[in-house]
Amino acid sequence: MNLLELGAAALAAAVREGEVSARQAVEAYIQQVQASEPTVGAYLRLDEAGAREQAERIDQASWEERRRWPLAGVPVAVKDNIVMEGMETTAGSKILSGWVPPYSATVVERLVAAGAIILGKTNLDEFAMGSSTEFSAYHPTYNPWDPGRVPGGSSGGSAAAVAAGSALVALGSDTGGSIRQPAAYCGVVGLKPTYGRVSRYGLIAFASSLDQIGPLARTVEDAALLLEVLAGVDAKDATSVDEPVPPYRQHLDQPLPGLRIGVPAEYFGEGIDPVVQRTVEAALQRLAAGGAQLVPISLPHTPYAIATYYLIAPAEASSNLARYDGIRFGLRQPASDLTQLYESTRAAGFGVEVKRRILLGTHVLSAGYYDAYYLRAEKVRTLIRQDFEQAFAHVDVVATPTTPDLPFPLGSRSDDPLRMYLSDVCTVTSNLAGLPAISVPCGWAEGLPVGLQLIGPAFSEDLLLRAARMVEAVTERPRWPWQREEA
Amino acid sequence: MAAKAVGYDVIIGLEVHVELKTRTKLFCGCENRFGAPPNSLTCPVCLGLPGVLPVLNQEAVAKAARAGLALGCTVREISKFDRKQYFYPDLPKGYQISQYDQPLCEHGQLAIYDGRGNYVKTVRIRRIHLEEDAGKLNHLGQRLSDAAGSLVDLNRAGVPLIEIVSEPDLSSGEEARWYLNALRTVLSYLDISDLRMEEGSMRCDANVSLRPHGWAGSLGDLPRVEIKNLNSLRNVERAIDYEVERQATRLAQGLKIELETRGFDDVSGRTYSQRSKEEAHDYRYFPEPDLPPLRLEAAQIAAWAKALPPLPDRVREELKAAGLEAKDAEILVQDPSAVAYFRAAWEAYGKAVPVANWMLSDLARLLNAAKRGYGDAPVPPAELAALLTQIDRGVLSGRMAKEVLEAMFERGESAEAAIRRLGVSQISDEGRIRQEVEAVIGEHAKVVEDFRAGKEKALAFLVGQVMKRTRGQANPEVVNRLLRELLSEPVRPSGS
Ligand SMILES: [Zn+2]
Repeated sequence: MNLLELGAAALAAAVREGEVSARQAVEAYIQQVQASEPTVGAYLRLDEAGAREQAERIDQASWEERRRWPLAGVPVAVKDNIVMEGMETTAGSKILSGWVPPYSATVVERLVAAGAIILGKTNLDEFAMGSSTEFSAYHPTYNPWDPGRVPGGSSGGSAAAVAAGSALVALGSDTGGSIRQPAAYCGVVGLKPTYGRVSRYGLIAFASSLDQIGPLARTVEDAALLLEVLAGVDAKDATSVDEPVPPYRQHLDQPLPGLRIGVPAEYFGEGIDPVVQRTVEAALQRLAAGGAQLVPISLPHTPYAIATYYLIAPAEASSNLARYDGIRFGLRQPASDLTQLYESTRAAGFGVEVKRRILLGTHVLSAGYYDAYYLRAEKVRTLIRQDFEQAFAHVDVVATPTTPDLPFPLGSRSDDPLRMYLSDVCTVTSNLAGLPAISVPCGWAEGLPVGLQLIGPAFSEDLLLRAARMVEAVTERPRWPWQREEA
Repeated sequence: MAAKAVGYDVIIGLEVHVELKTRTKLFCGCENRFGAPPNSLTCPVCLGLPGVLPVLNQEAVAKAARAGLALGCTVREISKFDRKQYFYPDLPKGYQISQYDQPLCEHGQLAIYDGRGNYVKTVRIRRIHLEEDAGKLNHLGQRLSDAAGSLVDLNRAGVPLIEIVSEPDLSSGEEARWYLNALRTVLSYLDISDLRMEEGSMRCDANVSLRPHGWAGSLGDLPRVEIKNLNSLRNVERAIDYEVERQATRLAQGLKIELETRGFDDVSGRTYSQRSKEEAHDYRYFPEPDLPPLRLEAAQIAAWAKALPPLPDRVREELKAAGLEAKDAEILVQDPSAVAYFRAAWEAYGKAVPVANWMLSDLARLLNAAKRGYGDAPVPPAELAALLTQIDRGVLSGRMAKEVLEAMFERGESAEAAIRRLGVSQISDEGRIRQEVEAVIGEHAKVVEDFRAGKEKALAFLVGQVMKRTRGQANPEVVNRLLRELLSEPVRPSGS
């Protein structure tokens, strides 16, 4: 049996029952990491020793203990903006080079408590600011489906690791699409939960009112299993919400007869690559053939979403990144006085895209501009939220393309920030509205994956996963890149 | 002496920061304590490490709200937190979590009194908000600019503060001192802060401007000077007086007043420019996304209001109604432990004025010398009452009672035990005293004659003689009365 073939639920069950040892699973994945990393570059840091140690712990546990671990022996990759005690965490930035956190994120604690094995930390755009992972201060990551193309971003490392078989599941973070867009580009499932569904404690903040941690996985089932472990209120995150966590995986195959799928006009047509649009529309037609109702709707404030997002997110980022001052941790450049210390440290430590957003955000919050930019953006944000509220009076979920285009070639957009920002055009609205959204592969065009996005009302992850499962069921998936290599 | 500015009204508003005494810091579980080794009371949250989030301390909310209620404020059912942003090494996150446009408490007032307990005016309180304190820098050298280095201590970072902002209703340094004193008194009744200006648990900034008589514009248009970090009541008064005079002098010379931030030099007694308008920070306030709005139930606010202790204004009236002089009432009112002591002793003894008199003279002197407060006085209120009762019963003279009180204070004895041990008790037995009086009259015929000739002073001598014969224990009232009685009897012919 090739252990890489097993889904998370099946692998965990086998480990629990002692049919497979966690050590075997870990060795299989470490081997795959070694095979794929030279061409993919998904990881910033591997922790082989730590992974073997965790496997040992699981294998030595009694069956009584093991049977309580839903992710027993499941190898997980963690985006490098999520902290883990004792393991260097950089958020893809030079300014945090060498920083070893003295504490773990709540999601990491939950993973470990569920028996998961953390393989390492994955690459990302610096501080999660970017849509291609090209803005990592360390190295780019390549799309496993076509190494000439980007994996998307900012969770590009996590999405690529899952597609390359170098992790079974992964954690990403999503501020404007950073889980869903790379999930679409890499042909995997990516879910951004409702704001407050998953604790942000230990997630290095980009834009606090938009950030959420979520799962990336090969299948909807694996994503459901992972979300079950991650979700739930956390006393350390005052914005986490005390809502019961349903058994997502158990509910997956409950049918959704007559599911009303809203199809918003604003997400189709202009600005969307026709190949992507055709692939998404074909998938929707297959769903309709299976009994779903396609309902044309309008989300009229969608055209303002990118502008709104690029006022609010940089404003919050400019504040969240003030702590990287060279005083207490990370990079410190030599300087003769305090101002110079700040200036030289931040000039050397931050990359061009991060600086661009800090400048933009600082300006947006400045005296005399706050009302015109930040406050107005917050008002539009409310309108966007209301668009969805009105839509959900008539439909159960909203379906859109996840991305306006297919994965683009490396280097083709890194000098054109506005064009890069448009990669988020389909995904930012759900962050602005705090709504859950999932990207699921719905077809392949020119050998590259296309993602379909489903957006639901707050705390409707259960429904979204079931609907995504329907998409999965009517989508023919080619062999994974790692299966092809093997062949 | 209050500074004068002829042709102008002096407009002063104060911003007072008070550190709340809570078990833990405002947004993390670290202990809130003064004087621990540097950085020993820190965690990822108050160090501002990447990825951490704040969680609001409900004890701090309750204490801030109680401060607001005690100062007559409205406590908002919904308030929110904002980030105030600037770079400084003692500010780990690069921003301070504070409250900007929706503070916890608004629209209060505080009556102020002069040193003799006379009402002066009522000052409006604009707002009270909750925020976190910054850490401390220890410069290796004189100033940051020429220091060989600076050490950051973040024990204080994240300690809960309330900032109490007054309306510009004060008009002299003296009034500012009275205001601070009144504020400190009210807060001391709530036991929510150490209120020590020298340790920084209470800090004051003063805004000072001069308004020309007949000024029609708004106060906001007047050039305002902020004096930062005044660390004692005396310095608040000195700094304001200096600043009023400085501004008046400039205006008299036809010079303009610049909007700026100034510091105060304790030694020279002068204010000096720290930051001009051009260098002023743009704090770029925006809503703190990591904390949901703070919601309080109306019932909770009402319960806090109901549970407030009797406050200084009420206590002051009560004490005056009990017959205390305004000045004495004021001294007691300023110290809640003195008020508690007074109440207990008053209840045990029954009369208010003698309790106050003894507290404010002899007991206060003993406490001062021992550097103790009424809260830990070695003589409990019930024993002071017992002592005063012995005076009333004639067992002790006033002078004896002082001696007994000292013994009680030193040894922690009860009044009864001290009286017994010292063997001091007054002789009030008339028969016994009459014998001594008669003997003295017999021995001092010349003095007796003087008295009878109208020399009142002679009586004091005779009283002294009786006291001497009784080793000071005769009841002076009885001695006086008997002497007058016996001396007014007709002179019996000698030898009859
Ligand atoms: Zn702390």
